[in-house]
Amino acid sequence: MSQSNANATSSVETSTSPNPQPKKERRKWITPRTAPYIFIAPAVLLFLIFTVYPVISSFLLSFQEGKAGNFSFVWFDNYIRLFQDKLFYKALGNTFIILLIQVPIQLFLAVIIATALNSKLIKMKSFFRIAYFMPAITALVAASIIFMILLDENYGLVNYLLSLIGVEPVGWLTDPFWSKVSLMLVITWRWTGYNMVIFLAGLQNIPASLYEAAEMDGASKLRQFFYITIPQLKPIFLFTFVLSTIGTLQLFDEPYILTDGGPNNATLTVTLYLYQNGFQYFDFGYASAIAYVLVLIIGVLSWLQMKVAGEDK
Amino acid sequence: MNTASPLRKTIMYILLFIGVIFSIGPFYWMIVGATNPSGEVFNIPPNFLPGTHGWENLMNLNENVGIVRVMFNSLFITLTFTALSLVICSGAGYAFAKFKFKGRNAIFFMLLVAIMIPYHVTLIPLFQIFGNLGWLNEYQSVILPQLAYPFAIFLMRQNMQALPDSLLEASRVDGAGEFHIFFRVVLPVMRPALAAVAIFLFMFQWNNFIWPLVVLQSGDMYTLPVALSSLIGMSRIDYGQVMMGTTLSTLPIMIFFLLLQKQFISGILGGSVKE
Repeated sequence: MSQSNANATSSVETSTSPNPQPKKERRKWITPRTAPYIFIAPAVLLFLIFTVYPVISSFLLSFQEGKAGNFSFVWFDNYIRLFQDKLFYKALGNTFIILLIQVPIQLFLAVIIATALNSKLIKMKSFFRIAYFMPAITALVAASIIFMILLDENYGLVNYLLSLIGVEPVGWLTDPFWSKVSLMLVITWRWTGYNMVIFLAGLQNIPASLYEAAEMDGASKLRQFFYITIPQLKPIFLFTFVLSTIGTLQLFDEPYILTDGGPNNATLTVTLYLYQNGFQYFDFGYASAIAYVLVLIIGVLSWLQMKVAGEDK
Repeated sequence: MNTASPLRKTIMYILLFIGVIFSIGPFYWMIVGATNPSGEVFNIPPNFLPGTHGWENLMNLNENVGIVRVMFNSLFITLTFTALSLVICSGAGYAFAKFKFKGRNAIFFMLLVAIMIPYHVTLIPLFQIFGNLGWLNEYQSVILPQLAYPFAIFLMRQNMQALPDSLLEASRVDGAGEFHIFFRVVLPVMRPALAAVAIFLFMFQWNNFIWPLVVLQSGDMYTLPVALSSLIGMSRIDYGQVMMGTTLSTLPIMIFFLLLQKQFISGILGGSVKE
């Protein structure tokens, strides 16, 4: 203890001396006591400059107005404007519709596929796992572009295949209703396999004895699924639900590429609206206010979800 | 009860294969489009077989967006980012996992909060910072902001906790310096975790879109996703080129994935499901 104290004091002297001697001296100021600070310093420094400072700066900006460098405080004007902004409500509404419809569908699909792949009856498991996971590694931009082409109203493959069974062309990206459906389709395509892998890992942690006991009691596979699998997966459900919620609230790449928020703002999301205000109209104050409402929403939802999780334990 | 009827098994396989068509069908379609003449993407009936015009599409794409340069930008940015971030995040993870020091819990708590904060909040101040530095349209402005990636630090900490203290103590008794221990003892042992986190970081930056879109302003500095998005903004979209571009952005990471899928998946799971 006393020795490391001595080292700590000498470290101050050595580090201020302009010309530290190699090896011998260096060993003195990198001690088990100072080492953690040295190891953590780059991360903390970068974090302060590129995360903490911007987060604070953006908060202050949300109370200011000014488009070309000259900013002045307008206090709550941006927020008042935001709460009267129909387009903002539209973006918020769209985001929540997607959240409430797409996330449950996606998690349900993921758990079904994971259960099937976990079953002893199925062979070629790793083939299926790789195939289902593949979309999760693609760039969202690339995925959105492929779907943009596939879903083209007049010439796209999807409408062609539908025409073979006599379905009229669907305005996948031009109709307000169908464009929302398309957006959800692309998100489902991209993330189902990702969640499936998480569920698969969770399923492998369920003790086999539970199923054996249920088997002996004569419980059907369906009953086992609802009375053993689903309750046992509860923490995983919570985890994937939190991840998907945060992801959906930050949806940007897909609507930007697929429809650019259209038609008639049917696919405008909060972050897309933020981007438009910040980097198309260069209204930094207003965009920052949007960002902070988003932070608030994510904060409240995360708090709620943690509370729900906490009460269970 | 336990013996499944062949019928049920068959139905399960059919459903699973339909799922496979949905999940990898679009990739096949992309490759078909990339290798067929541009005008034929919308043929009726459509082409279902890869063609021989891949090279032509590639040349057109290069003429249009300088794909060689764009690929270089993407690779350079992604590799530099991954290497730097890996060192920074594993160092921080090591400190959190293996040392007790003042402020540890407070800093760690801050990191956990940062995981929750949407990245978009920082976009405008970051844009101002790099604007003031005169670094808009420079590589470093894409690379710097996320180097201390909170989730990667978190993952490294989780993995480093399994490291036996006796190993570190033994090295110290042997007179090894702290840096020596970190680089020569800790990191080699942690290789699997490093590989998983490296893949995670690589994928994040390779696919990163909104920040490069904001900060990169000229075509010769674009990364792949930004160049692709600029292509579909053109008044006449050349679909053969576009499909070639999406193929180029997807294929390398796909091959990578097929070779290293175990590390890929563990990097993405991030120990989050360990109960």
